[in-house]
Amino acid sequence: MSENNPFPNENNTGHFWDDTLRELSNDPPGWWTIGLHASWIWCLVYFFLYPSIPSLDLEGYSKGSLGWTAVSEYKADLAAIDEVRQKWEDKINDPKTSAAMILADDDLKNYTVRSAKVLFGDYCAACHGSGGSGNGAMSAAQSGYPVLADDDWLYGGTVEQIETTIYNGRKGIMPNYGARLSETEIADLAKHVVALSEGGEHAVGKELFINPTKGGCFACHGMDAKGMAALGSANLTDAVWRFEVSGGGDHRHASALHTIAHGVNSELIDPASRNAVMPAFGPLGKDLSAGSVKKLAVYVHQLGGGQ
Amino acid sequence: MSEATSSQRKEVDALYAESQEWKINTGEETIHAKRMPGAFRRLKWIAASSWLLFFFGPYLRWNGRQAVLFDIPGRQYHIFEITILPQDVWMLSLVLLFFAIMLAVVTTLFGRVYCGFFCFQTIWVDIFTWLEEKLEGSPAKRKKLDKASWNVDKIVVKLKKHLLWILVSMFTGVSFVAWFTDVYQLWIDYFTLTASSTEWSVLALFTVGTYIMAGVLREQTCFWLCPYARIQAVMLDRESMIPTYDYNRGEPRGRLKKGETVEGNGDCIDCNQCVAVCPTGVDIRHGLDEGCITCALCIDACNSVMDKIDKPHGLIRYESVDALEGKPVLPLMKRPRVLVYLVIMTLSFVGIIYGLLNITGLEIKVLHERQPLFVQLSNGSIQNKYELKILNKTNEQMTVRVTAEGLEGVELVGAEEPFVSPPGKVAPYTVYLRLPRRAMKESSMPVYFKLEGVEKPELNSKYESMFLGPR
Repeated sequence: MSENNPFPNENNTGHFWDDTLRELSNDPPGWWTIGLHASWIWCLVYFFLYPSIPSLDLEGYSKGSLGWTAVSEYKADLAAIDEVRQKWEDKINDPKTSAAMILADDDLKNYTVRSAKVLFGDYCAACHGSGGSGNGAMSAAQSGYPVLADDDWLYGGTVEQIETTIYNGRKGIMPNYGARLSETEIADLAKHVVALSEGGEHAVGKELFINPTKGGCFACHGMDAKGMAALGSANLTDAVWRFEVSGGGDHRHASALHTIAHGVNSELIDPASRNAVMPAFGPLGKDLSAGSVKKLAVYVHQLGGGQ
Repeated sequence: MSEATSSQRKEVDALYAESQEWKINTGEETIHAKRMPGAFRRLKWIAASSWLLFFFGPYLRWNGRQAVLFDIPGRQYHIFEITILPQDVWMLSLVLLFFAIMLAVVTTLFGRVYCGFFCFQTIWVDIFTWLEEKLEGSPAKRKKLDKASWNVDKIVVKLKKHLLWILVSMFTGVSFVAWFTDVYQLWIDYFTLTASSTEWSVLALFTVGTYIMAGVLREQTCFWLCPYARIQAVMLDRESMIPTYDYNRGEPRGRLKKGETVEGNGDCIDCNQCVAVCPTGVDIRHGLDEGCITCALCIDACNSVMDKIDKPHGLIRYESVDALEGKPVLPLMKRPRVLVYLVIMTLSFVGIIYGLLNITGLEIKVLHERQPLFVQLSNGSIQNKYELKILNKTNEQMTVRVTAEGLEGVELVGAEEPFVSPPGKVAPYTVYLRLPRRAMKESSMPVYFKLEGVEKPELNSKYESMFLGPR
């Protein structure tokens, strides 16, 4: 081959095809060589600067001279976010800032609502549903959880009242009338309650309602049956039901029957009593900070029915 | 033969002596193109001067701020009186479409006009080689200098040239950054070394980029790096008017013998001047070349030679392949490509004008609360919650009023007082719609939110949303 090289003065390898097609043995281009060396030098630099070699020491990997870790980078990012939040948080946590003041300040309210959404998801949504949509009972014996987005409040709908509810929790009590009244009387009362929410009344039921020796319901629910925020007794004349089977309508009578017969939070006397306890989220319960409770109160207030 | 022509012929002989120098560009050697005056040379300068706007545009002021400012951190583009927010950027796509099609139509008609007369690469190369010629002399001298061994003179002259190039590159970088931030503050920041890391790195990128592209790579950029060059080259057709060598007239080419054209030879006297002046070092006489940026400097060169040998201008001229081959050439307006391009250009132009005329100062978007979709209130009516996103595109704080329309008996709660909308921002507001239960005819009904400036009712916006309820 090489003895018949038709291109003797050319730096070829002596490999020819089709007369003129041939392989040259040129050096790789300069830029390529520079790139090659730059690459391995960079590798060394990188190995020195960053964690890169596993199982190098007892702690599991080489640490690198910069001391960089993904966790520290993450924490630094979090700290940067916290710094941005700090001025808002300071304002909210200041005991002199009331929840009503937060509601009055558009920017502060927007911040509060957005940051409280996370808290609400963590502490409230399990019972009250995301967005305060409530959780309806599936049968008359179940109690469900109240909707927070409507304008009906057992304990009052001002932001201060909501704040108190969250901070201290609530546990309203209704006696079990199953032990005192006959089944017919309870059925008549239930009919009256259903009629009340539809704007009417049931004559026999109403009689039992105001008779102190029978129902005596007015003592807590009021003569007008509109409830009392101080006691947490329900307004029976509005369209919103605290204990209602999902779907409403025909189930209301059954639901009212159960409530009247077994009472609310009277499980010591009647095991079938309804359980309707709002736990405390202040120091008596989950121990959320006053600022967090304030945030939650503002959040709940703006869900749709704050007063 | 008159005195004048005899001296002209001598000049042609000088060209022959020089022509050994001119070779076709294969990329191994730096191209040192000869500079010649002429009509197209002048045109190139005029076209190039449009780039002065790039350098000095940022210094224009308008209403107390930079007239044209692409404020990326603030998400605002200011173009004189107009402020464009990201929501209006769809117009940018029409602007890009317009220019892309303009590029196509111009290229179809007259070849790579953009490359030859407007492209920053070829213009910056032109400036760089112009500086080179001022410092190092004619192409022949430059070639000699490149080959010469290093001495003090060579070092000084080369140092001067590279310093000048770097200065031009840096000014290019500063001018680019200046479109994105206040230019007067920018200069202060650069000189006091307090510019941001972005400003420094963009300056560094542009300085290095300009220096390497225009100083070192030069026409190699057009040959091997530029995708545009390839795209433009395929837009040509047989009817495109591009700088073309008229082989009918020129061939067979041959040198003058004793100052006279040899009998039977064409007009091309093989003086290689067309190659000499070519900034990319191609030979136009081989026909259309991928390296040809259609700067038409060879036309200037050839015409000057034609003057010397008393032949008419236009041996190299703007001409189409079809015309040279004697085929009929369709008039512009009967070429389908031209018509299609013009239609697209017109549409995008109309779109831009429509967009600019309809930039509203206020915009409303409505997000319907999804969880819960609706709630029943104590009086039995149904309430839906909405988040309004109100965008104020003006530079002033505005009071705005929101109303709900299109749903009989609906009550809007939470928007009784006008909202205060901060300038240049989207701000969220929560409102509720309430509808009596008996008015719920369907489980989902359309409702419109209307937004209006209190002081400026001409600024308004409307958005369709839904009102949902139980069946």
